[in-house]
Amino acid sequence: MSQKLNSESIQSLSELSLRVREHIVKMATRGGCFIGASLSCTDLLVFLYQRFLNVDKDNLGDPNRDYLFLSKGHDVPALYGLFAEIGFIDRARLDHHLSVDDHIYWHPNVNIPGIEFHSGSLGHLPSVALGVALDCKMKGLDNKIVIISGDGELNEGSVWEAALVASAFNMSNLIWVVDRNYFQANVRTEELIPLEPLDQKFIAFGWNVVEADGHDFQDLENVFEEIKYSDKPSVVIARTRRGKGLPSIEERSDRWFCNFSGEEVTTLLQELHDQKPHELKSETLIVR
Amino acid sequence: MNYEDTISEVLLKDERFVILTAENRALIRNIPNHPELKKRFIDVGISEQTMIGVAAGLALRGRVPIVHALAAFLTMRAFEFIRTDIGIAQLPVKLTGFIPGLLSDGNGPTHQAIEDISMMRGIPGMQVFAPADENDMVAMLPVIWQSPFPSYVRANTLKSVVPQHSNFQIGRAEVFSEGADVTFLVYGMLFSQAWEAKEKLITQGVSVGLVNVRSIKPLDDELILSVIYRSELIVIVEDHFQIGGLHSIVAELLLRERMTANVSSMSLGEAWFKPGRLEEVLHKAGLSGQQIADRTMQLLQTNITKTIYVED
Repeated sequence: MSQKLNSESIQSLSELSLRVREHIVKMATRGGCFIGASLSCTDLLVFLYQRFLNVDKDNLGDPNRDYLFLSKGHDVPALYGLFAEIGFIDRARLDHHLSVDDHIYWHPNVNIPGIEFHSGSLGHLPSVALGVALDCKMKGLDNKIVIISGDGELNEGSVWEAALVASAFNMSNLIWVVDRNYFQANVRTEELIPLEPLDQKFIAFGWNVVEADGHDFQDLENVFEEIKYSDKPSVVIARTRRGKGLPSIEERSDRWFCNFSGEEVTTLLQELHDQKPHELKSETLIVR
Repeated sequence: MNYEDTISEVLLKDERFVILTAENRALIRNIPNHPELKKRFIDVGISEQTMIGVAAGLALRGRVPIVHALAAFLTMRAFEFIRTDIGIAQLPVKLTGFIPGLLSDGNGPTHQAIEDISMMRGIPGMQVFAPADENDMVAMLPVIWQSPFPSYVRANTLKSVVPQHSNFQIGRAEVFSEGADVTFLVYGMLFSQAWEAKEKLITQGVSVGLVNVRSIKPLDDELILSVIYRSELIVIVEDHFQIGGLHSIVAELLLRERMTANVSSMSLGEAWFKPGRLEEVLHKAGLSGQQIADRTMQLLQTNITKTIYVED
């Protein structure tokens, strides 16, 4: 049965999300980062590492731990920020974003403790996760393997190959979370390659499908409790907002990647707290 | 003229041309809204394999597709589609790879197209080009796109460090200077660094040649051989793995001619480069103008011409 989260738990998760978002905003300067997608999946990642996954800084090498594969990759600032907050990496390392002398760049890599596999090329990790899940199943483990994909990523054919194969192998230990922020890089998903009805697509491929508000911790708690007992692989379609937390960039197709000035970063850190939009002067960038 | 203007002009002049992308709109952000051209702008979303298949189908119907996508995913994810649907059929599909080589700066190994030349040149009939800067590219593209062959261009929109480039012909290199002591063979974004290295070495009394090898396949065999005859040392500078790039191409040429030469390679060796801001990336890879000059001076002084990599 799913737990009712008490107000203290929800507040502590929200505060953690806010600190992660602050880290993300600070990385969106001096070269910038993919801020839009990072902010859309922040609450999801906070929920997963705090409430669902059996992964912490002391069991990263335990073969029986749960796994999270960040397949969309470019949202890795959210993981960097979260990992700094939960002790996987030193907070000071975040200042090395885009330094050639560290490994904190635009896509994930295994030099960061807690990152299971590199990504950045879309549609790779569903099949890598499937391989890990197969071995865990063969060994009779009861751990969970979680994949995070973007909705734009679902354009890639390899995604649907993995969906077919996982269903054929009945991979009940596999959970696929779609960060459904309704944007691909530069365009709204439904205006370019429409995905709806997305739930029906996964159902037709043999998956157990649930939906959640990707910014509502109680809703996520209920949904992840429910799918624990599925005898099929599960998809969680998590409805999110790109740029969530910064009204001045939320759901703007031209604010996917941002490289803010130092002053704008100061202003936007304030905006995370007071939710009052600001006018941004830095150039809107299309980097793909 | 920039890259997008060039595409627009070619499309407006010739109905056969269409432009395809896998949602890579950075360099072509106006065409999707252009009243005339939007009908011939085809964005298939993030599906590179389908994009190449579609390009082949369009070419079968007499179209000339310009295919614009990230170099890494265009050449690697869709490789077998390029080889099978474009290569076997010898269709005039015009590939342009965005952020090739070091230009992928902060992205990381997934986005590093540093084996693209090796892969593309391995396809029979595929021509391969690497402009030195945006001016060079803008002059090259109309010529490349008028040819009946499939092609791959390493897109490069960096500003030019030279007043102008000479007219472009497929299969011809561009010589900026001849040098008795050393000659740089370079292509793409490292041209400006090799140019800087040349300027620095000249002030130290070195006779330096500089060749922009903008046509990689077909190669300007005759010119490359003549330069090799006339220079004590050849330094091949490329943001590519050493295997399969210009160093390999020159080695094949020398072997065909039963020749040997003092050839040294400054490349990415056999490792993905450290991601970061472009200037720091260049330095970390040992390929800034100053480093190329210093490394060359060292080669000239010690007369050791074997390949040297910069240690991480």
